[in-house]
Amino acid sequence: MHVNPAGLQFSIHSQSQSTLLSIFSQEYQKQIKRTHAKHHTAEAAETYYQRYLNGVMKNAAAPVLLELANEVDFAPSLMARIVLERFLQEREQAIPSKTLINSMLRDPSQIPDGVLANQVYQCTVNDCCYGPLVDCIKHAIGHEHEVLLREMLLEKNLSFIAEDQLRAKGYDKTPDFILEVPVAVEGHIIHWIESKASFGDESSHQAYLQDQFWSYWNRFGPGLVIYWYGFIEELDCHRERGILLKDCFPTDIVTLRHSMAQR
Amino acid sequence: MAAVLELLLREEVAVGAVLRWLRQGPGHRPAEVTGLVSLSLLQKDFVPFLLNFLREQTSQILTNGPSTPAKTPNSKAHGSQRTGSERRAGHKASLGSFLTATPEALPARRGRRKGGSAVSTSGRQVPRDLGRSLAEEEDGKNDSPSWSGGRRKRSEVPLVSARSPPSQLNLNNLEEFPPMGAASVPGGCKPSRRINPTPVSAERPLSKPKTCFTSTPVSQSPAARFSSGSNLEAFSTVQEGNLTSVISSSLQEEREMLKKERCKLLHQASSPAGISLDPGTPTKPSYTRSASLPAESHLVTCADPAKVSCKKQLECLARLYSSCIAENLVPNIFLELFFVLQLLTSKGTSTAEEEEESDLEVNERSKDASGRQHFRSVHNCVYFAVQVLDYQYEIISHLEKGTLKFLAENERIASFSPTLHERLRQAYESSTAKVSLLLPCSVQSVSFQPETDNRSNFPSDRAFHIFKKQRDIFYELLREWEDNHEKTGWDFERVLGNKIRAMMAHLSATCNHSHFARLFQKQLIQMCKGPVGGGASWGDTPDQDVLNMLGPDNLSRLKRLQERFVVPQSIRGPCPPPSFPGCQQFFRDFILSAGSYQFNQHLVDSLCLKILELDGLTLVEHEHSDGEADMDEQDEKKRFTVVLLSLRLLAKFLGFLVFLPYRTVEQPTRDLQDSAVALRNQTLPVLDVLKLLRQSIRDHRSILTVPWIVEFLSLADHIAPFLDYYRKVFCLLLLMVLSEDKEMSFLNKLLILAVLGWLFQVPSVPEELFFATDVRQEGVMVDTVTSAQALDSVPLVDQQLLYTCCPYLGELRKLLASFVAGSGAKNGGFIRKITPTAAESLAPKTSVTQRKLQVELEQAFFHNQPPSLRRTVEFVAERVGSNCVKHIKATLVAELVQRAEVMLQDKVKEEDANHDKLLEEVCAHLYEEGAQALIKGREFCKKKGPEAVRVLLPEETSAAVLNSAEDIAVELATEKACGWLSANIAALIKREVKATFNRMLKVPGLPLPSEDALELRRDCPPGCQHRAPFPSQIINEIKVHNVHFLDVLCVAVGPRDEGEVIDHDWLECLLGRLSQTLRCRKFMCPTSEQQLAKCTVELASLLGESVMIIKSNPTYGLLKLLLSVWKEDFGAPVPVQLMFSRKNIGYLSEVKQREWDLFLFMLHGLVEHDLMRTSEIESCLRSLGELPWPSDFLKELEMLSRVFTSEHRIEEPRTNPRELTRQSLGTVTAQS
Repeated sequence: MHVNPAGLQFSIHSQSQSTLLSIFSQEYQKQIKRTHAKHHTAEAAETYYQRYLNGVMKNAAAPVLLELANEVDFAPSLMARIVLERFLQEREQAIPSKTLINSMLRDPSQIPDGVLANQVYQCTVNDCCYGPLVDCIKHAIGHEHEVLLREMLLEKNLSFIAEDQLRAKGYDKTPDFILEVPVAVEGHIIHWIESKASFGDESSHQAYLQDQFWSYWNRFGPGLVIYWYGFIEELDCHRERGILLKDCFPTDIVTLRHSMAQR
Repeated sequence: MAAVLELLLREEVAVGAVLRWLRQGPGHRPAEVTGLVSLSLLQKDFVPFLLNFLREQTSQILTNGPSTPAKTPNSKAHGSQRTGSERRAGHKASLGSFLTATPEALPARRGRRKGGSAVSTSGRQVPRDLGRSLAEEEDGKNDSPSWSGGRRKRSEVPLVSARSPPSQLNLNNLEEFPPMGAASVPGGCKPSRRINPTPVSAERPLSKPKTCFTSTPVSQSPAARFSSGSNLEAFSTVQEGNLTSVISSSLQEEREMLKKERCKLLHQASSPAGISLDPGTPTKPSYTRSASLPAESHLVTCADPAKVSCKKQLECLARLYSSCIAENLVPNIFLELFFVLQLLTSKGTSTAEEEEESDLEVNERSKDASGRQHFRSVHNCVYFAVQVLDYQYEIISHLEKGTLKFLAENERIASFSPTLHERLRQAYESSTAKVSLLLPCSVQSVSFQPETDNRSNFPSDRAFHIFKKQRDIFYELLREWEDNHEKTGWDFERVLGNKIRAMMAHLSATCNHSHFARLFQKQLIQMCKGPVGGGASWGDTPDQDVLNMLGPDNLSRLKRLQERFVVPQSIRGPCPPPSFPGCQQFFRDFILSAGSYQFNQHLVDSLCLKILELDGLTLVEHEHSDGEADMDEQDEKKRFTVVLLSLRLLAKFLGFLVFLPYRTVEQPTRDLQDSAVALRNQTLPVLDVLKLLRQSIRDHRSILTVPWIVEFLSLADHIAPFLDYYRKVFCLLLLMVLSEDKEMSFLNKLLILAVLGWLFQVPSVPEELFFATDVRQEGVMVDTVTSAQALDSVPLVDQQLLYTCCPYLGELRKLLASFVAGSGAKNGGFIRKITPTAAESLAPKTSVTQRKLQVELEQAFFHNQPPSLRRTVEFVAERVGSNCVKHIKATLVAELVQRAEVMLQDKVKEEDANHDKLLEEVCAHLYEEGAQALIKGREFCKKKGPEAVRVLLPEETSAAVLNSAEDIAVELATEKACGWLSANIAALIKREVKATFNRMLKVPGLPLPSEDALELRRDCPPGCQHRAPFPSQIINEIKVHNVHFLDVLCVAVGPRDEGEVIDHDWLECLLGRLSQTLRCRKFMCPTSEQQLAKCTVELASLLGESVMIIKSNPTYGLLKLLLSVWKEDFGAPVPVQLMFSRKNIGYLSEVKQREWDLFLFMLHGLVEHDLMRTSEIESCLRSLGELPWPSDFLKELEMLSRVFTSEHRIEEPRTNPRELTRQSLGTVTAQS
């Protein structure tokens, strides 16, 4: 399910829905990132807040905040955050802590204003790419794929140390799985496997390389990344150096014979 | 000097006598050498004189240039010589005549040399260069530019003049050989000469090696020169006189080449202190020249044994010379061998031949034996060379196979000495010494080791996290370097300098230098542990391959190619200066760019420690008697190789760091030197190499120690060798060269001689050191002892290791290869991997207690057993002990920590107590139980120790021995483990508990580990196929529903059909699947489940309210389903109280006609399913009532509350909820 960017338009029907959703979500996030700064000025926040106040004055039941977000082409959750921040700032006369905001976004019933709580809730459930709910779904998807990967490893009899065990030992950076006995995938030795339940596009891959994959390499040597929703073929260019990309569990696995693999 | 030679050549003195004379101290005068008695003062100068004499004599033939006398005497030089010789005129009747024989060379060289030597006092590399360019310049100016300076270069041997004291030079020079330039102005005049400009620049295949050779001069110290009677004043005038011309002159082409090379080197070593800058240059041009090998190899004269003249003298010289080599009287035997091979492969042209005749005649006429040109013909040179090779057969036969092949196939050897040819052929055929050179290594990371790298090794969280980043940055830099450093224009300092310094600043801020130094050092060993070491030309093999492929005809193309692909380490010559080839470059540049004192200091510490550790390793323990020795030997050899190469690498970097602050490009002046010496004599050396060297000699371990000490010293600055301390080290090394250790294995000795020979040619090592008599006398030989760890007598070095440590030995082969035109010789080019052997520290000895006797018995037990038994037992004890501690940590301690966690959890909830105190209390409680560790530890060792010993010892070991070995291993392991445990268990428990506690405090929201464990214990129902929908899918669906309901709630678009709003079947199906998902635990994670719980509560609220708003029939079925899912299927607590949140209730407040029966039904359901207690609901309702609602809403709320309360008071024994709801519903609606 590698995607060749040039061939994207032609092969779009052959891609799974989740791959397309993943790509859509990434594109949407890129767009939001591009315009993020614009919406985050003090003036913008003030404008949005006033519009919100006016809106709910007219009709508190109307989806004021959601419509506002749609109108200015901004993620509803992020809009909710801006307005909530502004609201709390006015109420408390202080800049509210990030923790507090996050907690209120997660559970709007904590918001001391009922109307705003409704509005915020509406924004978060209506957001397809941001917000606590979406984060949770993403987390769940990631976890599910990790479980699937674990299953496959067990099935192949490859013994591994999972992330939580590594963390307990005090590793500072931990891939999803470290193989206790390294194996060769398509002729490349790998020591670790990282599961990514998303599409590997250029920007996310670069970010992952920087934050995770190279760090794993720096500590554990070469490894394998599985982008379950596919990736751009050209990104698989660090094979020689030790970062291998796949979109499924590899079939070409060579294990060390007469070894302690059975341990 | 010359007189001695004269006597010898006239056969008035036997070679043996001269040798004896040489060997004896100055005061010694054996009767047989009466002729030499008066010359005793000159003994120490004789060898340098002989070496230079040979160079001089052969300088003509080796150039392929015209044999016309090229040099004009420089009047000044001449003057100084005269003074000297006058002094000695008495006993040197023949001296003059000898000197006349070499008039062409000496005076002119002298002149040039002046320039050279003047500079050479301030740095050896530069002068060599300058010397060369000067020669070129002269050639260019005076003759023809096309007559490139090859031959000049050769003859220009800078040290020759220095070596042969001026006093002995050319007294008769002017008389017998009136120089062309006799009329030339004294003092820096340009010598003119008769030269037929022959365009041979491109055809001197051998000129390169020659240049290399001459560029590594052996000269006397200024002091020696003066003592031998030269006129200091005249000398210095001459120096000055010529210095100017040296500086101002340079042949254009040469200059260009130099520029290019320098530029390249500058790119490699951008650092201001980049030490490889200058060292790299001198040999470089020589290489370039060699690359321009002639296509006209057909001009090579066919050497003919029948045409050899003055055989006797040649034989004499060969014997004398060979003896000097054999006795290690020459500074570098391989340099001499190289020279001999040059002679062997010299190519005279036909012109040379003809001129030869006339010159020979001239020589014949001369009565002076030493003055005669013995080497004017190729035949003579080859004759001499073959003679010497014959004498040096033992060394030669130990060279690698490729070299032997060339020698065995050399037709000159075959025709001049069939016996030698036969011996070489046999040696070649029986040789197994195939040597391969390694290709550049690839970057691999150093693995993260929790024992040294996890949080507990850092003082603070911040330090830990910063180091985490530093590690990643370090590898990022490494990758960037790997990708780009060979690209043109890439500059280490410019690209990486600031990043490195920023990194250093972070390290300093958090005191992380020691961690980083360790990482740096490990990475260094990891990347450079291969044979790429030793400071010389790697990449030889590829070049040779190309050369072989292309054949000499295409060499100009090759040259162009080479210019484009300048291999950074393509420094050539038999004595290249120290360098940092391949990956080492990165580490050197990193250190230079970092410029951090802290880092350097930590790195020095780290390097010293590792060096000491490796140097002290017991590497050889086998006995040669039994059959398994072979296997052991191989292992030991491997291990030795790895250790030796690591040591050399570490020592090189240590030397680099230690001498870095003192590094100068030029040799400091004498004054500066004296003051620096006085100053630096006061400080202690970082690593006591003298002590280590002495120890190694005493213990017969010099084969391990000398090579790394040489690496260390090769990076010394110009002053260091003059310091008292290092002078002693050098003296000791020199003694090693001279001493004859009969027991040392031949190749071991050869390696030591090769590296020492190289060291004495390193730029910063003063050249006179080798010949200084006082040095030889100063050093007191260390007494040796018989040591069980002796290495010198064990054949540990093979050709692979020899060539790996001394890649410059490959130059011999290259020289021979270049002689064979169009040779198709194949090079071994396979990659050889060296498996690194971890340096396992040996088990600590049992602590000496009252069981001293036991220990003695134990020692006795081992004494008569094979050493491997002891090694095994110690190894087992060490491992089992260590594993025991790990095991205790993982079981007992982990258990205690878990209990502590439970205790802490309760207490933390109870009160806002003092955390430290709390921790202390809990820990104190656990310490007692910690004592169990010792019991468990003992059990562990008792169980595991014997198992391991049994597996590791030979099957045939007798039962008694086995039992004893097992017992000792268990005892040692127990001692180790329990010793550690009893000292550390309390601290360990405390640390772990504290860490857990901190984690607990940090994430109060997240389920605590124990809860988590509880969670995980929930399993799928038996026979679960794990086919349930993924949690993420369900969350997503509920999200969609909630959006839908919200729309209904918000967009108040009048009453709609129930069916339009609520798709009952669909919802029911969703809830059914939710139930499945929750039951299958496989893909569930806490966050997913919590979110599901929350979503469904929201769903319930929205559903209920939507129903109320649109006044549809209450969807009791759906709510009941939800209630049962909450109760039965959720593992996580369901936040049902969220239904009472202001937000959710708020939806109702805005509706005019409220339907409370569904809500009431829900409340009852919650109680019934044990999801909430009555009191909880009551309090929720109460707090709801406190909020600012519209008054009518408040009234209804109160009503509802009352109804709920009353019903539940009455209703303890529950009746049908449906009926109940009906009742209450009626009541509420009636009242509202």
